[in-house]
Amino acid sequence: MLEIKHLNVAVEGREILRDVNLNIGTGETHALFGPNGSGKTTLLMAIMGFPRYQVTKGKIIFKGKDITKLAVDERARLGIGISFQRPPVVRGVKTRDMVSAAMGGEGDEKSIAKLAERADLTEFLDRDINYGFSGGEIKRAELLQLMAQRPELTLLDEPESGVDLVNIALIGELLNELLEKGCPIRKRKCMGLIITHTGHILEYVNVRTGYVMLDGRVVCQGDPHEILATIKEKGYEECARCVK
Amino acid sequence: MREVKSSKAYKDKAKAASAKPAALGEDIDLSAFAASAEEQPYEADPSKLPAKAKEQMMEAGVILEDTSQRSGTYIQMDNTPVHFSSQQEGVEVMAISQALEKYDWLSDYWWQAVAVDTDKYTAHVELSQGNGYFIRALPGKKTIYPVQACLYLAKAKLAQNVHNIIIAEENSELHIVTGCTTAFGEEPGLHLGVSEFYIKRGAKVTFTMIHSWNPEIAVRPRTGTIIEQDGLFLSNYVLMKPVRSLQMYPAAKCVGENAIVRYNSILMAPPGSHMDIGSRVLLNAKGAKTEIISRALTTGGTIIARGYIEGNAPEVKGHLECRGLILQEKGVIHAIPELKGNLAGIDLSHEAAVGKIAEEEVEYLMARGLTRTEATATIVRGFLRVDIEGLPPQLDAELKRAIEASEKELM
Repeated sequence: MLEIKHLNVAVEGREILRDVNLNIGTGETHALFGPNGSGKTTLLMAIMGFPRYQVTKGKIIFKGKDITKLAVDERARLGIGISFQRPPVVRGVKTRDMVSAAMGGEGDEKSIAKLAERADLTEFLDRDINYGFSGGEIKRAELLQLMAQRPELTLLDEPESGVDLVNIALIGELLNELLEKGCPIRKRKCMGLIITHTGHILEYVNVRTGYVMLDGRVVCQGDPHEILATIKEKGYEECARCVK
Repeated sequence: MREVKSSKAYKDKAKAASAKPAALGEDIDLSAFAASAEEQPYEADPSKLPAKAKEQMMEAGVILEDTSQRSGTYIQMDNTPVHFSSQQEGVEVMAISQALEKYDWLSDYWWQAVAVDTDKYTAHVELSQGNGYFIRALPGKKTIYPVQACLYLAKAKLAQNVHNIIIAEENSELHIVTGCTTAFGEEPGLHLGVSEFYIKRGAKVTFTMIHSWNPEIAVRPRTGTIIEQDGLFLSNYVLMKPVRSLQMYPAAKCVGENAIVRYNSILMAPPGSHMDIGSRVLLNAKGAKTEIISRALTTGGTIIARGYIEGNAPEVKGHLECRGLILQEKGVIHAIPELKGNLAGIDLSHEAAVGKIAEEEVEYLMARGLTRTEATATIVRGFLRVDIEGLPPQLDAELKRAIEASEKELM
């Protein structure tokens, strides 16, 4: 279970998130909607623990443990994984190295190859990670690393952005594997928090709860499809008006 | 062993240049180093060389216990060749002094790829009667295993003078691994090494040089390569150990159509090391190509990474890539890429980047569960990993092992 309690987060001294509260139960996947600059990515980065995102108030509890002060790698080893919207290129570090690292250095060639095949990235294993990758390849490479890492909580920052329709179906399949959607609900352990701008991913992944974030605050919570339909029809202006 | 023969003309030129400072690098006072060393005994079985020497040679990639995966071996201690042998028909490996006695025609190659009066160091090599290796692949002979050579500095305060000639005859293929190292830890020494490569029509040579010096050694290699039509010269240079002062700027001249030359350099400068290292290529024939790639990493030392490509013929192509990584506050990397095009229709390019490890990259790896130290090490390993085309797999693996061993020390 992930619990976020009264969280304030500042970036370079400027407060971005204010009093954010959010709970994701074991086995659940939630979605976060919001216009550009509303603080969605900041929330994911703060949950992952990147030092640039300073928690100034509140707590992040994961599996009953207060992780607010833990370093990124400690959180990763505890079971939190992230798919970046725009991950960096790391020259000389191969996709294979990243997959192996995500497996805790225990991945053999065969299991790495199997995962890569699943993500349709076999030919990318010996390429520098993210170097010259297309939008869809970047997203699949992110998911490939997460499949190797097998986190209990997966944070996904716009997994469908820049992805064509063919790729989005594969990304949906991979996400469902990651989030154990094939498992009966009561046995499901993996949790997800997905940022989505377009909502396309909701056609492929079953999401239980949706949130709307405006100006660093979670202003609405409810059925994700209903929220998305409102946003599509009336825009975030309606959310802002509704809150007032 | 008879002295190396040289014509009077070369001696005269050398004498005239004996005080000529090098165009680049700190001026080394040659009078501070002994010109000659005691002769070392010849050893027919290289595995019987002293254990300490063998161990140090091993660090520079020279294997003497089991030479079954070598086409030949040449070992020089100070200025004496202590062992040379060929293990493959069609490949000649011998001391240059012996080769000059054996082949009259060899004088036609003497000082043809490097000018004897380049500077006082080349002059010193000519005047001081050292020795060096002669390696030749006969026409059409293609080797799989490399010839290994070691230039070993056993006596401190000595100037080791080396003059090597490498000839790959037409359509031959030759792989060479050279390890240069020293017996002593903290005393000064000087290594002067002239190497002349002749890559004939359709021949292929890979030359992998691993330097493993000490913090008090000064090194001045002088290398020239001439590549004929459809010839390929692939040079890999690895320097991961401290050295006081190293300056070299090997030059390759593509004189035949479609000749190709590639230089890869992997350099690491700890505090106190000063390296001024580059590669120079003249594309003088139609369709010639080159690629110069260097990775420079400093933990406190200074690296000047040069590169020069000159296009003098139609349809030539060259690319120069220099990437530098500064791991500690005091390190310096100065990248100096130069391109000169002398006619239309040529394609020359370069890219250079110098900086520290990007925090964003470290955090990206940490998000996959690596500690900061592991993430940094992975990035450094990736930085130093240059994909080298054309090396036989076994040699490629050996080179990677040598680099990885040094990485471990570094991290």
